[in-house]
Amino acid sequence: MNQFCQIQVNGEARTARSGITVADLLREIEVKPDRVAVELNLEILDRQEFDRRNLSEGDRIEIISFIGGGSRELSVISSQFSARGRKNSFS
Amino acid sequence: MQDERLIIAGREFRSRLWVGTGKYKDFVETQKAIEASGADVVTVAVRRVNITDRSKENLLDYLDPKKYTILPNTAGCYTVEDAVRYARLGRAAGVSDLVKLEVIGDERTLFPDTAGLIEAAKILIKEGFIVLPYTNDDPVVAKKLVDIGCPAVMPLAAPIGSGLGIRNPYNLKIILETVKVPVIVDAGVGTASDAALAMEYGADAVLMNTAIAGAKDPIAMAEAMKYAVEAGRLAFKAGRIPRKLYATASSPIEGML
Repeated sequence: MNQFCQIQVNGEARTARSGITVADLLREIEVKPDRVAVELNLEILDRQEFDRRNLSEGDRIEIISFIGGGSRELSVISSQFSARGRKNSFS
Repeated sequence: MQDERLIIAGREFRSRLWVGTGKYKDFVETQKAIEASGADVVTVAVRRVNITDRSKENLLDYLDPKKYTILPNTAGCYTVEDAVRYARLGRAAGVSDLVKLEVIGDERTLFPDTAGLIEAAKILIKEGFIVLPYTNDDPVVAKKLVDIGCPAVMPLAAPIGSGLGIRNPYNLKIILETVKVPVIVDAGVGTASDAALAMEYGADAVLMNTAIAGAKDPIAMAEAMKYAVEAGRLAFKAGRIPRKLYATASSPIEGML
């Protein structure tokens, strides 16, 4: 097993230690887990899973939270149709 | 006058003015304006965490979720799939099943794609969401949304951020007559009188963002909106006089010299 793997976090390439958990990643990038949602390869994780889910090569992670908003046009989370290894869940 | 509380899906709300949290200068201004508005429901958008600049503060540091109902929206979503995805992420990031559902159909007007809205609402209701749909001022669509299980509807007054006020008062009145759930007029309010008018028609609440955040003095406008919504509500409950073409004297004739 390689020591490092390439993953994508919020659309940006990142090198991570192989096998780190989602919780490890959040600590590494200094994001408090209590106010975010994490999507791993389009699967939304329960917070209890942050400690259990390991990351591996090619994983796509989206870390989202709330920002100021009423109704305005802004779309910054990558489209699910471009994600690898998983078909969209609606088809 | 003691007014009954606004109740949606068993939840009680203190304020009939709901506000968005976008477009403010900073979080301090956001906090002060919301405080001044007296709103207890605030909408928020669901977006990527900025991981390159962690110095950025979190909106929720300024809006205590114990004090406010945080209502995630699906603003910016143009497809059913995206709206459902954002709603699920909002639920995962937050604490409740509430979602302000938006499926936008057109970039220039930001009018809702009502067909997509109904489809997305069906999916989310099945998943246990309390769906508050941002919809057009279309009574038929409003009724369909209620029929599939939306506990309130949120018809627009005018395009988002336009400040045009209620463009179609007759449709709004028909919606108010047709649906038996709370109606929250959402988007298009420009100034206090627009909000008062919506409440005078019988709307159960008004949701706005730009009218406050975009005002020269957002905090003062927030306060103006609070009074406008309260005044409009009171006038609705009090029952206005009918419009007449000719004068009716207010002072008695008797006793005149």
